[in-house]
Amino acid sequence: MNELKQICKEALTEKKARFIIAYREDKNKKTKPFIARTPEDAEQIIFNHQAVNNLAVYFPRFKNSGEGKIGIVVKSCDLKAVTALIQENQIKRDDLFIIGVNCSGVVRDTTMEFSNDNTQIKCKYCQAKTPPYYDELAEESKEFEMPDDDQAELMARIEKMSSDERLEFWSAEFEKCIKCYACRQVCPMCYCEKCIVEKSEPQWIDTSSTARGNFSWNIIRAFHMAGRCIGCHECERACPMDIPLTLLTRKMGMVASSEFGYRHGMSLTEPALIGTYSTSDKEDFIK
Amino acid sequence: MEEKFEPKIVAFVCNWCTYTGADLAGTSRLKQEANARLIRVPCTGRIDPVFIIKAFENGADGVLISGCHPGDCHYNAGNFHARRRWILFKNLLDFIGIDSSRLHFSWVSASEGKKWVDIVDDVIDTVRAKGPFKQYKKMNKEIEIPVDVEEGVSAK
Ligand code: SF4
Ligand code: SF4
Ligand code: SF4
Repeated sequence: MNELKQICKEALTEKKARFIIAYREDKNKKTKPFIARTPEDAEQIIFNHQAVNNLAVYFPRFKNSGEGKIGIVVKSCDLKAVTALIQENQIKRDDLFIIGVNCSGVVRDTTMEFSNDNTQIKCKYCQAKTPPYYDELAEESKEFEMPDDDQAELMARIEKMSSDERLEFWSAEFEKCIKCYACRQVCPMCYCEKCIVEKSEPQWIDTSSTARGNFSWNIIRAFHMAGRCIGCHECERACPMDIPLTLLTRKMGMVASSEFGYRHGMSLTEPALIGTYSTSDKEDFIK
Repeated sequence: MEEKFEPKIVAFVCNWCTYTGADLAGTSRLKQEANARLIRVPCTGRIDPVFIIKAFENGADGVLISGCHPGDCHYNAGNFHARRRWILFKNLLDFIGIDSSRLHFSWVSASEGKKWVDIVDDVIDTVRAKGPFKQYKKMNKEIEIPVDVEEGVSAK
């Protein structure tokens, strides 16, 4: 389908956007992020089941980078990251030209074809295949079979464990971490110019990948995502050690929703959960 | 005879209420167990959860956080911001396996010396019953650098 290409080409020709963050096929026939700057570049733009990356992660590097709008191709799940960044005052809606795509699911494993067994879990609980808002909309949405939510089963299993068993489970998982920080780099919500692990006076988190340093890093990262994670599952996809990172962030999302009735990235006007408070927040745990 | 386990408790307290309350407990000569080490911060809003992690890394068996009652914050809203953060952090630690027997919260005002003593004693008892934080101590051990006083830092 050429519609997406057409929209992007027009946007660049008519200068509705000064460039467009999109996907193209690289020379190894892999779908990869790509920045189209000219109408000719737009010829290469594609969208398919392999378009896994959340392109909102590229915004911070274009902060104050010039006049004109930034174009971006977004799936419905990625749009939540855009919304969340607007809520957190990282970017303005008016500075964006949003090209929404109707999504029909993306793969879990990019080395394999899209199939029922190879669909990301996030697609299971995706609320809208069509992005809730956009400047242009492309692609047709196709029905696809929902994958099993095997993460929910694991979550329920962990919740049933005793706290010592849970600690054992997570220690074993975190021990695998090699401190590559891929989870942070790929996350659209991890935009700090200086991450806490890079702060050395004082050194809050051990930089070496020892059990203790890994433990602290993973807890703190998960906490920084609490009520902020929009569930794109990019961290877990990027983690070379297959640590179930989204289990933590999803759990924190569930807490944000049960304790505060809040879901991040769902409203352009609602203030972010962290940074605000209510005098009626629960305090039954405070003596 | 088996030795009684004496837990190490790190208490982060705000300058304006709880620290003053603890001071009052002292000047009133109230008796209190000696396991808690107080760290005074300007406001509970200043307590980044990474402090709590740091306390565990440095050998704490339990952590207590205490500040002004809601509405009494010296900076008006520091404790409200803190409370929201605690709800999230407490749930996270619980999911990871550090339950509420190791992490305690309280509001203690400058006049509540007695309440402070009761809370500290209660926290110490709870942590003592739970036992030493073995899992963290194991992680700490792994990265200990053997130090020879004469030779300086030596490789194992
Ligand atoms: S924490 Fe993971 S799932 Fe959440 S926004 Fe970041 S990359 Fe996406
Ligand atoms: S882990 Fe925390 S400090 Fe580091 S970039 Fe992410 S949000 Fe910022
Ligand atoms: S991506 Fe995985 S291995 Fe790398 S730092 Fe994050 S949790 Fe650790």
